[in-house]
Amino acid sequence: MVDDLYQEIIIDHSKHPRNCHAMADANRKAEGYNPLCGDELKLYVKIENDIVKDVSWVGSGCAISTASASLMTESLKGKSRPEALKLLENFHELLTTDTPVTQELGKLVVFCGVRDYPARVKCATLAWHTLKSALMNSGEPVVSTE
Amino acid sequence: MSAITSVISAAFDVDKIREDFPVLKQRIHGKPLVYLDSAATSQKPFAVIEAIRKFYEVDCANIHRGVHELSQRSTAAYEETRIKAKRFLNARAKNELIFVRGATEGINLVASSWGRKNVKAGDEIVISTLEHHSNIVPWQMLCEEKGARLRVIPVDDRGELLLEEYEKLLGPRTRMVAVGHVSNALGTINPVRQIVEMAHRAGALALIDGAQAAPHMKIDVQALDADFYAFSGHKVIGPTGIGILYGKAKLLNSMPPYQGGGDMIKSVTFEKTVYADLPYKFEAGTPNIAGGIGLGAAFDYVTRLGLDNIAAYEHELLLYGTEALSRIPGLRIIGTAREKAAVLSFVIDGIHPHDIGTVLDRQGIAVRTGHHCAQPVMDRFGVPATTRASLAFYNTFAEIDALAAGLAIVKEIFS
Repeated sequence: MVDDLYQEIIIDHSKHPRNCHAMADANRKAEGYNPLCGDELKLYVKIENDIVKDVSWVGSGCAISTASASLMTESLKGKSRPEALKLLENFHELLTTDTPVTQELGKLVVFCGVRDYPARVKCATLAWHTLKSALMNSGEPVVSTE
Repeated sequence: MSAITSVISAAFDVDKIREDFPVLKQRIHGKPLVYLDSAATSQKPFAVIEAIRKFYEVDCANIHRGVHELSQRSTAAYEETRIKAKRFLNARAKNELIFVRGATEGINLVASSWGRKNVKAGDEIVISTLEHHSNIVPWQMLCEEKGARLRVIPVDDRGELLLEEYEKLLGPRTRMVAVGHVSNALGTINPVRQIVEMAHRAGALALIDGAQAAPHMKIDVQALDADFYAFSGHKVIGPTGIGILYGKAKLLNSMPPYQGGGDMIKSVTFEKTVYADLPYKFEAGTPNIAGGIGLGAAFDYVTRLGLDNIAAYEHELLLYGTEALSRIPGLRIIGTAREKAAVLSFVIDGIHPHDIGTVLDRQGIAVRTGHHCAQPVMDRFGVPATTRASLAFYNTFAEIDALAAGLAIVKEIFS
């Protein structure tokens, strides 16, 4: 049922998003846009010695994309850059494959319900695509999920 | 239901009509399907499905080029639809009806063929804020190529075009006015007769995008005096990939072909090709024959029901739906034009349309969420997206109750 998708923690983070502000001293920034939904997001990352010291975001979107951005920022702080990229990979697997849920994902496992809603995978991954762009410094000003 | 509503709905046997639409009989996620997305595409009755099946099973052959029996049968069935389209639009002659893939291709045909020949640097094309992207982008491409200018008629807060502003946009540089008959995002029925007349007074032509009008109301291109009128078959309970472009014969004759190929020629040598007469000049290549034949069956079906009856019944659905949604706290209907087709576009405070759409889907209710290929309309009303319930003659009052109940669950989840 639909409760599998909209778990309590997702509803909570969509209503009270964490780390939802701009960051003046960020040294990595990226923007994400989902043209199909109109969802948009700006991500701010502060990296020191290859460790994510701080991360924040601003943007607008549906409950899934808002909660995803919020929970992503919570789970990234203190992670090294390779750890963050590994987390991204695990998260993407969680959403798009039937592989068993791994413990490394922590709270992020609440998004496993998205698997059953293929049209909503883009909503959940927008923040993460943007993160990749920020961490890789791919030079693309705006990542798009299309 | 009011007394008037029940009189109309009694005369219109929707239960019997629903029997003709096999798709409506299924359950989605364990709930009866409530299909409220007919503005995106309409469902198809057995008559249309059967006509397509019969073509492939019994009559399948290419058209316009065989002396054998099957080719003659398929040619006759395909061309019969052109005659039905002439009656459907009340055109003067059947050669004014061009088969296209849909409204989008119809508009592109005019922008490309008429536009390239007649639009020059400094000329102006007028469209409106309400347009679907299909009636924006082809004109934008033409303007870019020619150095012409795109002007846009604004709308008021109800979603009605501001005709006094339109009047100001018209001038000696105006070449074409291209507007939708009915807005897909808001449901506004535009006063196209008046819009065409004003365009003509300024010496411009007028194209009407009828994609959202054709399924819901009687259309008379002669009464409208439209120079071009385009619509898609799949929104009029017909197949996808087939549509009609109407154009006045005099204009179509003056226009160069849109695409070159087989079937659009009288003779071909390497020195010179002589093009076919109307309508074939604009119909290069083997067309969507099955689609054309299926569209004929769709015309028969809606004509038998009567477009005036359809319009009256759908209007009752619209009034009922407007009232039902208006009772939901925090819900705002976007598009409240006085003349409106059965489209309910809305937003709910604090809940994103995609979340609404997903929760409704789990209750078997199909609605469209997003910008409806009309981003300028969304910008005008300051919303990134809306949820849209669009109704057709096979919908019921009970389905609107189901929508309202579904929205109550949406509110519960996100409250």
